[in-house]
Amino acid sequence: MIGNVIKYEQDNIDTDVIIPGTYLKIHDYNELATHAMEGLDPDFPSKVKDGDFIVAGKNFGCGSSREHAPIALSTCGIKAVIATSFARIFYRNSVDGAFLLPIEIDDETYQKISNSDQLEINIENNQIKNITKNETYSMKPFSEIIAKIISAGGIFKYKK
Amino acid sequence: MNITEKILARASGKTTVSPDDVIFAKVDKVMVHDVSGPGVMKVFDKLQKQGIDTSKLHDSSKVWIAEDHFVPSAEKVSAENIVKLSNFSKKYDIKKHFKYGMGQYGICHTLSHEEALVNPGEVYVGGDSHTNTTGALGAFACGLGHTDVAYVLLNGEIWFKVPETYYFKLDGKLPPHVMAKDFILKIIGDIGNDGGAYNTMQFGGTGIDEMSIESRLTLANMTTEAGAKNGIIESDEKTVQYLKERGATNASIFCGDADANYSKIFEYDASELEPTVAKPFSPDNITIARELSSTELDKSYIGSCTGAKYEDLLAAAKILKGKKVKIRTEVLPAAISIYKRAIKDGLIEIFLDAGATVGPPTCGACCGAHMGVLAKDEICVSTTNRNFPGRMGHVESQTYLASPQVAAASAVTGKITDPRDLN
Ligand code: SF4
Repeated sequence: MIGNVIKYEQDNIDTDVIIPGTYLKIHDYNELATHAMEGLDPDFPSKVKDGDFIVAGKNFGCGSSREHAPIALSTCGIKAVIATSFARIFYRNSVDGAFLLPIEIDDETYQKISNSDQLEINIENNQIKNITKNETYSMKPFSEIIAKIISAGGIFKYKK
Repeated sequence: MNITEKILARASGKTTVSPDDVIFAKVDKVMVHDVSGPGVMKVFDKLQKQGIDTSKLHDSSKVWIAEDHFVPSAEKVSAENIVKLSNFSKKYDIKKHFKYGMGQYGICHTLSHEEALVNPGEVYVGGDSHTNTTGALGAFACGLGHTDVAYVLLNGEIWFKVPETYYFKLDGKLPPHVMAKDFILKIIGDIGNDGGAYNTMQFGGTGIDEMSIESRLTLANMTTEAGAKNGIIESDEKTVQYLKERGATNASIFCGDADANYSKIFEYDASELEPTVAKPFSPDNITIARELSSTELDKSYIGSCTGAKYEDLLAAAKILKGKKVKIRTEVLPAAISIYKRAIKDGLIEIFLDAGATVGPPTCGACCGAHMGVLAKDEICVSTTNRNFPGRMGHVESQTYLASPQVAAASAVTGKITDPRDLN
């Protein structure tokens, strides 16, 4: 999976900025996408390209259980969020709904990745290749259940 | 095993479970509201297209529905969501649908205890992050997204990784003017807004034994703000009594084993706690209320699943009695049953005499959706649980999270005020 980075050098990017509460009444995925990241970066929907990755600090997606958050990001084209840690509901919504990959990295890797870098994510060997900088990083492996749900394509396709 | 492990072991048909085990737990109760309900329906639509049968729920008697986030409907989309929700409960024969404008209704987490919908020892999941609230009754209560709730509705179970448990021990009785809200804000300040991430936050000790059920609910409610999977308090006689008074017929005490394991223990002395406030823009950004006495306010908000239970209204009314508010003050009881009791006991009259506006139960302004959102640069003191940028309105508004007593005292002075300093 190859994509370009949109980096937010920030911890605790919460669901209220990813998709503000006033839009929770909306369940049309395309309409939600037009408001993605509105509380932090109103230009996001116009600058994001299909296949891009978001890179951010710790506790990404903290706050509400709104599935609108991974839905809005993935409908915009985001294929993975790469962060130093995730809030639990955002993480599980991303995986169980098969919206995007939540990828955990360490602080050092987070520092090394810059905005606009082109990355190749390889979840089979837990590696992230920075094509722009010609560097290779390791990502935290998914736990067994998460890896299985991801490869099945979401909770409904996963067989116990 | 501790109480969370015991509940998850029972629900997954195992004799014992340990942290990090992945289990499929049978779910006893499920909640959706007017945001997660339509979200679940959207998931059902997708599943149908994939050929998955969504014509029957696993057990519709376990499901209940709340209308809270977007009632009263401010515009057409919200109004249509309510219609969709009604069609959903009709189609799947869901009997417990608490409808706006038809008797008892209110904020989902408030109904879970006011209507005794969840019993000690049960597994309860809801399509809302503050589902953690109901863990105060001794249940495993956990918030999930739409896809997971859809899975539970169709299959009656869901996967969990058994969490580690952090135990928060409170000794002694809270001093006058200090509330459960102050204690949970202090905890979140200490451990940070991801300090409980993926774990259980359990509360116990003599301070918790002393506490009313409603105070315990405030603690469990805000475990979400520390990222916890669930908040929990072992049930006792008080819990059972509380649920029986609200119509429960099979509530009984459910506790962990005496030799239960906790991965961390945090100890607090109640006498050292003080009125505490979380400054913008994070619930862990705390300080004591007195430090903020020069912070000028535009609004005081007494509402939400965190801060508009009966006891919260009573605490605010005691402060507002015979006084006048200096800033816009809104009081929204969290359920009709609480509203009625507040009328009967004269609390609503106190609020109105003080100049506050009293509104119907709704999440509206708490999640910045409608019913009194904040304008740019406005500053609010609020009994709610979150203060991220834009949470209660404009992204450049500010919210200070506080107890109902601090919110009421601040309404009187127009500045953040420690209730102990109010003449
Ligand atoms: S009152 Fe606020 S925190 Fe509680 S359920 Fe409603 S929106 Fe969520």
